[in-house]
Amino acid sequence: MTRHDKIYWAGFCVILALLIIAPLVLPEFWRRFLTEVLIWGLLAMSSDLLIGYTGMVSFGHSAFFGLGMYGAAAALLTLSPPNLWLALGLGLAWAAGAALFVAYFSTRLRDIYFAITTLIFSQIFYVIIFTWTPVTGGENGLIFSRPHLSIPFLYDARFSSSTLHWFVLAMVTASYLILRRVTQSPFGMVLQSIRENEARTRAIGYPVERYKIVAVMLSGIFAGLAGVLYAIQNEFAAPDFVYFITSGDTVIFNVMGGIGTLVGPIVGAGFFQLLRELMSRLFGDQFPYLIPLGVIFIVMIIFLPQGLLGFARRWLNR
Amino acid sequence: MIGFIQSIPLDLLLIQTVNGVVTGMILALVASGLTLIFGIMDVVNFAHGELFMLGAYVGVVIFALTGNFWLALVVSALMVAIFGAAMQILTLRPLIGRDPLNTILVTFGLSLILQNYALWQFGPVARKISEPITTHFNLFYLEYPWYRLVIAGLSAAIIGVFWLFLKHSKFGVWIRATTQDRVMAQAMGIPVPWVYTGVFAIGAAMAAASGVLFAPMAGVTHTMGLDWVLKAFIVVVVGGMGSLGGSIAAAIFISLLEAYAAIWVSPAQAVIVSFIVLILTLLFRPTGLFAPTPR
Repeated sequence: MTRHDKIYWAGFCVILALLIIAPLVLPEFWRRFLTEVLIWGLLAMSSDLLIGYTGMVSFGHSAFFGLGMYGAAAALLTLSPPNLWLALGLGLAWAAGAALFVAYFSTRLRDIYFAITTLIFSQIFYVIIFTWTPVTGGENGLIFSRPHLSIPFLYDARFSSSTLHWFVLAMVTASYLILRRVTQSPFGMVLQSIRENEARTRAIGYPVERYKIVAVMLSGIFAGLAGVLYAIQNEFAAPDFVYFITSGDTVIFNVMGGIGTLVGPIVGAGFFQLLRELMSRLFGDQFPYLIPLGVIFIVMIIFLPQGLLGFARRWLNR
Repeated sequence: MIGFIQSIPLDLLLIQTVNGVVTGMILALVASGLTLIFGIMDVVNFAHGELFMLGAYVGVVIFALTGNFWLALVVSALMVAIFGAAMQILTLRPLIGRDPLNTILVTFGLSLILQNYALWQFGPVARKISEPITTHFNLFYLEYPWYRLVIAGLSAAIIGVFWLFLKHSKFGVWIRATTQDRVMAQAMGIPVPWVYTGVFAIGAAMAAASGVLFAPMAGVTHTMGLDWVLKAFIVVVVGGMGSLGGSIAAAIFISLLEAYAAIWVSPAQAVIVSFIVLILTLLFRPTGLFAPTPR
């Protein structure tokens, strides 16, 4: 262990411990708020693998998020009693399927073309979900009940808001560790070299397209996980979440927190939601909070393009 | 097979052709601004739909004040042009020389702001402008409004004037020179940053004009820009990024396909047809269906 490693893991443990204790000390509203920030953070973190590490800005993460959501909904509605792990499995499978489909077409394109293509693809899923009313519930979405938190032969109980928080926290932490490992693996190095110089990476002999497809799929699976968690937390799936505004929010979280850091997007999601909460408390529910938030976002792009955690980018990735 | 062809009602097909051409011309007006802004400054203007929406709202306000539709059209285009120029100077000019992806993010932020401003200012209820021309003519069993044909003609006229402007005016020559070679144009003494601002203002005015023209056909709402910007993106990619002629051809092509598809499925699902066209284009001709083959 070098000195850097010690500080890094000590910091990691402290933050994790704080997040574990949080539901015990926070009131109900903030407990829920924190869980939701973690879920949005996971969604943003999944897209950071593309934006920050591979250099591809995806505007289509709402599709993966939404399919995770509807996959979980399908599993929870068709099976009785509803099973948590089947919902997770089906949600991830659907998100992965969608990601493969999107990746196959969109990775042929670069830069803004990639962004526009992923956006259009997410709209295809939106239109299908929105108009296929008999199956997806159309505009109204689907409502279902939360499954039990069950570990076979060991544990089976209803979710309380604390156990739900810990469950989400465990999933997000595991995703973070996996994604961090991925970005530091030889595979992740290739992704970063694609970001730095795609032509040269291809010239060295790496099959760039295949790497990009795997990256999009990986990212899509974690976005799907966020969708499943959101569905379980809120007990509904709605087409609004598949609309591309969700993808835009994801990109905003990334940019605000700092791309290429993995934890930055979670910070960005927290920052965004906190400002929003603050403004609606100060100025009332009707206040158009997205106007000042949009201004802050634009100012940050112009003057602080690295994001809130950008200063720690090298340190976090070492 | 023959049965299927016979089952297509010919009159419906013709009506949908007219409808497709009319929406196609409005879409062409929106998309040509978008493609111009992209072609010259590498900016993907996510807020273009919001400029369309803003134009429609300014039109609503001016129309309510004066009752004159044509005045509303002109004033709205001018005001949104000034607003677009200010927007470009404040937010996009500092980003010149940075990764073009930054411009997507900034314009996305702008679109959020404008949309929520419209919602806050005008509320969620759709506003309407009454048609300036209320006469109809008979198209089979339909009373088809003349106004729609006037829109199509007017859109075509605006695009035509714009094309002449690009071809023959001094500023048009500047625009074309900057598109071809930014550095060289600057070296020749062309004020490139002001060309950018001017182009953005022109694009904004075209979006606003199409917004006012479209307003009598459907209500004006704060979300109306989203549908249009998505369609315009598809048109711009299918037509070949930065190609004006390609965009116009693609706008009419896609609107016709959607109009025909709407004979069998609901209009919400007909959008999928244009998505499929986009996917096929990206697969087989990623430089655009209607753009000249790159050497």
